[in-house]
Amino acid sequence: MIPRYQTVLFIVLAVASIAMGVALWQLRDRAHQRLLTSDDSAPTQAPEVAPAEEATILVASDAAGTLLPQVQSLPLPTDPGSRARAVLGKLLDLYAAPDAAHPVPGGAGSIAQVFLLPAQSVASYPSEVRPRGAIAPGLASPSRNSQATGDELAVVNLTGAFVAGHPSGIETETLTVMSICGTLHANLPRVTQVRFLVDGQPRATLAGHADLTRTYLAIEAAPTGGAH
Amino acid sequence: MRWSSRFFGKRRTTWALTALLVTASGSGGVSGILGGLGCGAQTLPALAVPPANPTGRFLVVLDAAHGGDDPGARLNGGSEKTFTLAFSVRLRSILAARGIQVITTRESDANLEFDRRAEMANHASAQACLSLHGSESGSGVHLFVSNLAPIEAERFAPWRTAQAAWVSRSLALAGTLNTTLLQAGMTVTLGRTALPGMDSMICPAVAVEIAPERGPGKKLIAELDDAGYQARVAATLAAALLEWRGEAHQP
Repeated sequence: MIPRYQTVLFIVLAVASIAMGVALWQLRDRAHQRLLTSDDSAPTQAPEVAPAEEATILVASDAAGTLLPQVQSLPLPTDPGSRARAVLGKLLDLYAAPDAAHPVPGGAGSIAQVFLLPAQSVASYPSEVRPRGAIAPGLASPSRNSQATGDELAVVNLTGAFVAGHPSGIETETLTVMSICGTLHANLPRVTQVRFLVDGQPRATLAGHADLTRTYLAIEAAPTGGAH
Repeated sequence: MRWSSRFFGKRRTTWALTALLVTASGSGGVSGILGGLGCGAQTLPALAVPPANPTGRFLVVLDAAHGGDDPGARLNGGSEKTFTLAFSVRLRSILAARGIQVITTRESDANLEFDRRAEMANHASAQACLSLHGSESGSGVHLFVSNLAPIEAERFAPWRTAQAAWVSRSLALAGTLNTTLLQAGMTVTLGRTALPGMDSMICPAVAVEIAPERGPGKKLIAELDDAGYQARVAATLAAALLEWRGEAHQP
């Protein structure tokens, strides 16, 4: 004979089990409905694509040791930071092409970010101290004048994979740095200075030669007398 | 859209980096651009530059780039550190045979910091400092001078930009090297760059990057490991330094 209290306990446990099963089933249904609802909220229109514009890309040539301007048509966002990243992405895509005159693996994905900041100025130093194309760390200082003129400093954050795969050599590294600086200034004339980071950190050289701790003067790599 | 260029009057829409880039062929034709090196030596503003040779002696510093755990560029069948060390030894022997005193920054497979190399060059008070490099890209000999703008020599100079007071002399040295290499029928590319170490040197300093010798259509004529090619480049550089010694001894 089963004691009464055990019968009651069994019934209670059975009811609880059934109740939990029902609750679980309902939770599953609700989760399923939530998934279906999120699918319904997906955009039904394609994202707006920036209109194609002409951009001047300064493409390096190892054989001639020069930068050659190429006009390319590509979608350019209106946001200056995104625009800078787009033109640099195009430049590095050209370098990653199989028949590139300045072969560098990586492509557009090698530009992690481009930040645009108010430019630092070397105006407080005599003009003869200013390096041609590069400013030593510590020479730059904030300037009210640069804020008035709207000059900008572009901080280009490269990926570690790009730097690791970059060919080593003074000429090839200098050409890469200067083509980035020149391309930025050609398409964003307010960008007058360029600094480099690799995976968000300062780095001594690009691949053993070109100094990446410097602030480069973008205007030195740009064409003279050019019009935009 | 009109672009103007600032080259030797050539109507080519090539742009110089700051690193001026002049590519000259052995036949004397200039096929590239110049942003200020060759002609810059003549057009620079009159500045108080360091005396050419205050001590009366003539000493050359050879800095074989890379070494130790820094192999540098991967070259055909080897590494840049091995090539630069071998070339440094070869050039030192030729210079010593011609009576030129030489100091090398390294004689073995050792890794030296950029600052240590500059310290060694600065303590030597040399009349020429050559930073030796090798590369598979490009052709012939690439000569690079610091892209710091020239300034007047001062008693104390910022370490990172000490070369600025010597840029005029470095440009003149590069001009002498360029002329001699061209006369030897070699392809020369001149440039300005920001090279750690060299920018801290207080001597006429030029980075010499040696690339394989190529002919028209990038046809390979001599690899970097070609002993004959190395010997020819070393002998030509030695001849240029002999000529530079004559210029340095002039008042």
